[in-house]
Order: sequence, then structure tokens, then C-alpha cells
Amino acid sequence: MKVAIVKYNAGNVYSVVHALKRLGVDPILTDDADLLRSADKVLFPGQGEASQAMGYLRAHGLDDVIRSLQQPVLGICIGQQLMCNHSEEGNTDCLGIFPVDVLRFRPQRHEDKVPHMGWNVVEDADGSRIFDHRYFYFVHSFYVPVCEFTTGVTDYIVPFSASLHKDNFYATQFHPEKSGAVGAEILKDFLAL
Amino acid sequence: MLAKRIIPCLDVKDGQTVKGTNFVNLRHAGDPVELGKAYSEQGADELVFLDITASHEGRKTFTDMVTRVAAEVNIPFTVGGGIGALADVDRLLSAGADKVSVNSAALRRPELIDEITSHFGSQVCVVAIDARQDETGAWTCYLNGGRIPTERSLFDWAHEAQERGAGEILFTSMNHDGVKTGFANEALRRLSDSLSIPIIASGGAGAKEHFRDTFLLGHSDAALAASVFHFGEIKIPELKQYLKSEGIAVRI
Repeated sequence: MKVAIVKYNAGNVYSVVHALKRLGVDPILTDDADLLRSADKVLFPGQGEASQAMGYLRAHGLDDVIRSLQQPVLGICIGQQLMCNHSEEGNTDCLGIFPVDVLRFRPQRHEDKVPHMGWNVVEDADGSRIFDHRYFYFVHSFYVPVCEFTTGVTDYIVPFSASLHKDNFYATQFHPEKSGAVGAEILKDFLAL
Repeated sequence: MLAKRIIPCLDVKDGQTVKGTNFVNLRHAGDPVELGKAYSEQGADELVFLDITASHEGRKTFTDMVTRVAAEVNIPFTVGGGIGALADVDRLLSAGADKVSVNSAALRRPELIDEITSHFGSQVCVVAIDARQDETGAWTCYLNGGRIPTERSLFDWAHEAQERGAGEILFTSMNHDGVKTGFANEALRRLSDSLSIPIIASGGAGAKEHFRDTFLLGHSDAALAASVFHFGEIKIPELKQYLKSEGIAVRI
């Protein structure tokens, strides 16, 4: 199986590479349109700032490539946010795969620390038992509100989309590559699609 | 509900885990990669690896260890010890660490925090503070693993670190470290209630109740310990069951 990771300017992707290797997959890290289009699965991970990340993707033509992919695609963390319409971070127009806008967490009480960092529970939004109230690892200051494409919900300040799914596009706000054995299961399920 | 985090800390010297009592009397406790993996499997929420090697060769050994940890461990981990420049941070993040902790170098040159967070984001920057409370009740920061006192107050420095972009504060009470009578909950509570970033409690863990107390009384977001875990005095699954039974949100 050919698994490609989108190479762009958004942070550290080594942990995703290692997580895939632990599952017996040796991914390629690439910004080449043909290699991305011909992969069996594409991962779009990252940490970083939305406007800079989108600027890089546009400058390298990767925005059109990602939107046009036909195989299963998994966005992780900022990847999930960039797959939405627009982000409040840097007032950024994003890829528009999920028709929903990314918002900044607004603390309501002192205990509401931002970024939302650490392990939190994900509830299934669609009657499945994929997440099953288990804990996953999050690090983020912006969130995708709950929408019709939400498959997992986490409550932190507000209920938000811990995961999304539409057609061949999947996304998680949490880091499956850092979420222990349950995170590895999510990656394994994605590879098995 | 966001879980309170349990963080084993591994002091690493020449590729081996060590832990001192009151910062001296080192005892060996195994291979850091194997130990880290075992903790991860037991339910640790994060790991911290501190390089206490002084030599140049030791630095390379530590970076190689970080690469091995990144390959084998599937939970977040922080590395620290001797980080003085952006190049050190780049080297350790490139080796696969999720976060770095800076201590003395940031206290000596606070701009280091701005540099790290503007290049790599706040989430990678843990500011570790070693402080001691004197007879008057004042908390003072120390340099070089608690060997050199400074003029800085714990609370002033923690606030400045947050203003400069630190993602978390890891506060070690030198009065409590190694004594196993509980964490410095009064100071922790003051930090947690006045700062908007997460606070990691360190120094003083000796019993399961101490973890409960630092979460409930100290308002800590995470608790770090070393020897009680390394020598099996507290087992992480039992600790988490206990905390859950006390009504604290933990990942089980």
C-alpha cells in the first residue's frame, strides 16, 4: 500500500511517520501532485498557523491537489481546520472541503485554558462506536463547530468537532499518532478503508 | 472533560535513567526508552526526559535516545536539560520530541522563550522553574538544577514566562523534591489561579493521596514524579483508579 503524507510548512510530521511505521507502513512525505494523486491513502497532518499554511499550499498548487483527491484522505489537527471553509486564525480562507468555519476558543471561566491541551473524551456523533467515550490527545486553540459532517464530539468550553467525515475526506482534531493504542486503532481503521 | 495528566519524569545520564533525592544520590533505574514505553503502556499521559549529561558526547547520546523514543513511544513527550539556544530546540524537535523544557538558560536570557515560541509555537515550550521557599515564605528561583540562587521570585518569573509565550509551566519545589510528603500545593494553586497556561506540579510525590491533593487543592493540571514510579512504589494503573474513585477526571 502506498501512503503519502502532504509535505508543507506546518510543523512536525515525524510523529505521524513513526506511527505509520509502527503499523507496518512506510509512508512517503511529498508535495508532488502525481505522487499524492497516485497514493492509496493520503495524510494531511500538521501543527502551525492557518494563514501561513494556506499561503504555502496555494503557492505550491497543493490546495487544488488536495481538494481533487479521490482516495481516502485524513486531515489531522491543523489539517482538519484547513479542510474547512474559513478559519478565524489569521482570517484565512481554507480548502472548503467541509462547509464550516473554524473559530477561536473563547474561555468562559478561569479554568478554561487555551490551548486545549491534553487528553479529552470523544463521543460518537453518528451512533457508531469508533471513539466510544475514549480519551484522545489534543493540542489546539481553534476548533471546528459541530456540523452535519461531525462524527466525533468533544466538549471543551463548547462542544466541537473532534472528527469529521464527508465522502473520501476524514479529519480529526486530535492527534491519533500521539493517542496511545486507541489512536493507533484509528490510524489502522483509516489505512483499512 | 479534560483529564488531569500523570507524567513520569526520567532523568537521563549517558543513556541511563537516574533519579536523585533532593538533587543528589543518583540511583540507576533502567533504559529510558524501555522505561518510557512501559510507562506509556501502563497509562502514563506524557513523559519527560531530562538530559543531565554535561559532555558533548552525552548530548549526542541523548539526541539518539530521543530518536528512539519517537519511534517507539505513542504518547507525547517533552525533553529538557541543557537547552540554551534555538539550535538545541531544533535538534530535539527534529529528532521527534513534542515539546522542550527550558530552565536555567531562559532564566538567564528570557528572550529564549520568545525565540522558541515564535519559531515553533507556544505548545512546544515548557518553562521549567526550580524554586525554594525561604523562612519568610518567599519563593525564589534557582539556576543549574537548584545549585545557584537568583533574585527572581517564582511568581514574577512564571508570569513573565507566560507573557513571553510559554505553553506550560513545570514548577519544581526544591523544598518538597525527594521528601515524599506531597506537592507544594499552596504555591501551585497561586500559580494555577493567576496564570492562564497549564501548570505541571513537580517535587514531593510519595503517595497516591499527594496526586489527589495537588489536583484538588493545588489546582494543578498535571503532576510529575520520578522515583515513586521508577521503583514501583506507586503503580500508574492503581493511581489512576484511585484518582477516578476520588472524582478526578483521568484517562483510563
